[in-house]
Amino acid sequence: MTVSYYPGCTLKTKAKNLDLYARKCAEALGIALEEIPEWQCCGGCYPVAKDEIATKLSSVRALAAAKEKGQTLVTVCSACHNVIKRVNHDMQTDEEIRDKVNRYRAPDEPYEGETNVLHYIEMLRDLVGFDKIKEKVVNPLAGKKIAAYYGCLLLRPGKVMAFDNPENPSILEDFIRALGAEPVLYPARNECCGGYLTLEDPEIPKKRSETVLQSAQNHGAEVVTTACPLCLYNLQKNGGSEIPVVYITELLAEALGLK
Amino acid sequence: MQRIGVFVCWCGSNIAATVDVKKVAETLGKEPCVVYYENYQYMCSEEGQNKIINAIHEHKLSGIVICSCSPRMHEATFRRTAQKAGLNPYMVEIANIREQCSWIHKDMATATEKAIILGRAAIAKVHLNTPLQAGESPVVKRALVIGGGIAGIQTALDIADAGFEVDIVEKKPTIGGKMSQIDKTFPTLDCSACILTPKMVDVAQNEKIHIYSYSEVAAVKGFVGNFDVTIKRKARYVKEELCTGCGACTEKCPQKKVPNDFNLGLDNKHAIYIPFAQAVPKVATIDPDYCMMLKTGKCGVCSKVCAAGAIDYKQQDELVQQQYGAIVVATGYNPIDLKNYDEFAYSQSPDVVTSLEFERLTNAAGPTGGVLLRPSDRQHPHTIVFVQCVGSRESGEGCGKTYCSKICCMYTAKHAMLTREKYPDTEVYVFYIDVRTPGKNFDEFYRRAVEEYGVHYIKGMVGKVSPENGKLMVQASDLLDNKQLKIEADLVVLAAAIEPDPSARPLATMLTTQMDTNDFFTEAHPKLRPVESATAGIFLSGCCQGPKDIPETVSQASACAAKVIGLLAKDKLLGNPCVAESNELMCNGCSSCEKVCPYGAISYVDKEFKMPNRTIAVRRVANVNPAVCQGCGACTVACPSGAMDLKGFSNSQIMAEVDAICK
Repeated sequence: MTVSYYPGCTLKTKAKNLDLYARKCAEALGIALEEIPEWQCCGGCYPVAKDEIATKLSSVRALAAAKEKGQTLVTVCSACHNVIKRVNHDMQTDEEIRDKVNRYRAPDEPYEGETNVLHYIEMLRDLVGFDKIKEKVVNPLAGKKIAAYYGCLLLRPGKVMAFDNPENPSILEDFIRALGAEPVLYPARNECCGGYLTLEDPEIPKKRSETVLQSAQNHGAEVVTTACPLCLYNLQKNGGSEIPVVYITELLAEALGLK
Repeated sequence: MQRIGVFVCWCGSNIAATVDVKKVAETLGKEPCVVYYENYQYMCSEEGQNKIINAIHEHKLSGIVICSCSPRMHEATFRRTAQKAGLNPYMVEIANIREQCSWIHKDMATATEKAIILGRAAIAKVHLNTPLQAGESPVVKRALVIGGGIAGIQTALDIADAGFEVDIVEKKPTIGGKMSQIDKTFPTLDCSACILTPKMVDVAQNEKIHIYSYSEVAAVKGFVGNFDVTIKRKARYVKEELCTGCGACTEKCPQKKVPNDFNLGLDNKHAIYIPFAQAVPKVATIDPDYCMMLKTGKCGVCSKVCAAGAIDYKQQDELVQQQYGAIVVATGYNPIDLKNYDEFAYSQSPDVVTSLEFERLTNAAGPTGGVLLRPSDRQHPHTIVFVQCVGSRESGEGCGKTYCSKICCMYTAKHAMLTREKYPDTEVYVFYIDVRTPGKNFDEFYRRAVEEYGVHYIKGMVGKVSPENGKLMVQASDLLDNKQLKIEADLVVLAAAIEPDPSARPLATMLTTQMDTNDFFTEAHPKLRPVESATAGIFLSGCCQGPKDIPETVSQASACAAKVIGLLAKDKLLGNPCVAESNELMCNGCSSCEKVCPYGAISYVDKEFKMPNRTIAVRRVANVNPAVCQGCGACTVACPSGAMDLKGFSNSQIMAEVDAICK
């Protein structure tokens, strides 16, 4: 199966491992990630302003490119996924935004939110299947206690992201189990790390990231895993702990013997 | 040919200041068939009415037009006037030249012209009026109350007190409802059971009241004064007339792990059970999902220990038919299911409870014998957090309700106060959006909780409750202090929104009554007819109509009983003659009218019609029950063949009015 792939800027710079192993693992699992040609930065943050469309255009271009090929669009960065899926939702439901964007972009081939957008973890669950991944694991992470860190963007807003319960999720824990490791349930797993506030006032992300890592460690975690480059940055830089924080694709690659 | 009289009222200066009443009367006097016209200062006064009566006699009037206020105000008055003069009351038409003319216009010329046009339309209608006779139907002197909570109990007692027979249908094995589960009542803190159970005993001992417990309404037919109801008595596998309520069976039953719904699953009961000590009727019931005898045929212990021989494993559901003059809906409420509120960890920790569960945890007859112990480890909680508005006052996009559940502020204040009173070593926090305490002595009660009992009231919402190391970590915001709070709690109590009982919706369909989008029954008028439904003979009592506390419920229950008594006191009911009528020759039996009728007044009959060449054809035609029809006219619009017509508002009358206005 071939899907359209939107890596996003951070995956080309700071988060190269997230990208590298996402590609390697997908290939091993029989899914070809076809990078969208000439994709642009999603903006990194979903634009809530209702009266301007410029900030939504790059997402729509990526979505329309996938539509043209008749492919599902897969992203792996939590922030990119959040922006693109929410813009797609706008194109499906907000007539005014849809109309403005299409007039600006390509009035002859209007885009109306037809593309199916999946996060990489959703792709693993729904297109590959955790059972199949379990079969392909050559190096089970047996005995490892791994804490899944969802952050705030991966599942919220729940009605738009719509692939797990944002208040009591299970998709990453199921994934960890498929790799042969033991998931750690801890209360702070869906709290915010402080995000971009690290640029403004690092005290806030420091407090928040410390809470997350402490909560994970209190429940016995040995490793923390995330799909978000910014979360990884904050947890590592501001979390005040030596506990390893890795991308989900790194864990997958390790279990599949690709790392 | 009609002989029509026109009477133009000044209404003091209400009409006369803006409408040239003399000109209106004179102009309308020139309309065809108008043989008499007059204008007078107060047409509704005795003097004015006498003028009408005299004119009817002197000029042998066959129809009259009154140009005055809205027909809602004085149509009934002028119909009585006509009747006194020997004229059929439905030969009176009102032209509303006050609310719809003088009050809304400033310019006299315009208003006068409009008044003339309105009068002309009324005259055009009177031309086609025919005398109508209201039909009569007898009243069955018996009432049905659906639901045996405090609302149903109070309504039944009041109706019985007036000397009428009442049946209560209750789906649970005992009457008592939610009030029987509550520990204390606000704002007086008297014991709920102590004030409820004597009423339950009154119901049991009242000769006029019959309780169908463990029963449901299966079907309703008929109309006001003559409802025909089928009641399903579910098999309880115990003969009600033999059981003495001794409790021997419930003690000996070996199946002890049945979740006890009366204690909201906080403890277990036996497969044969009596819900609580003061149950009415005090009769055992077998839960067929857990009884080993019913499931596998092996056991029979209860049958062996029952000295009265009341156990009957072969009992079947039974249908009872009964006639009623009036039906009262008192189906009550339930707290909403909180399984979707994962942020409060309700399904993750047994120490997160609803307020109703908290009632059971503090009730002397509850699972902990009235000692406040948290469910997980039966330890005394030292820090309790109450969260208000869980599922209430939401935006409508979430899983909750948009409305305020009304009772939560007061019962939370009660819980907080009682906890501090009984366990002064316990810290109590209440998170609120607003504290709403309108009601007699309610605000004083809430202030006592804050000022005398030291309950920490914090404006703000709880964002997350997470179980950690046997504690509940509560994250919340204090909006007045602009602070994020973290509280280590032992017990979290959620004030769940309340919603109508799920049995209400199918019941509304059976009764052809209306509900709002939240499944609360809709009253006939939100202010002036609060206990009647829009369907004649169906009355509303308690929380089925909207969230209410106990004092309000009891007031409404008694008001409801007064309305029922007023109906049952009549021997015969005079119907509204302005009802729909089907022209059978034009009706093609398409069912369009039946589908739109909100009252279930239309049925179909197969009728023989004489056809050419002496043949007979059987056709399906609509038939309107005049006692049920409320004259709304929906069917006349829906009928594609024009066979449906509304008496007093016929299609030709309406068209004549329109023609007169457009002339």
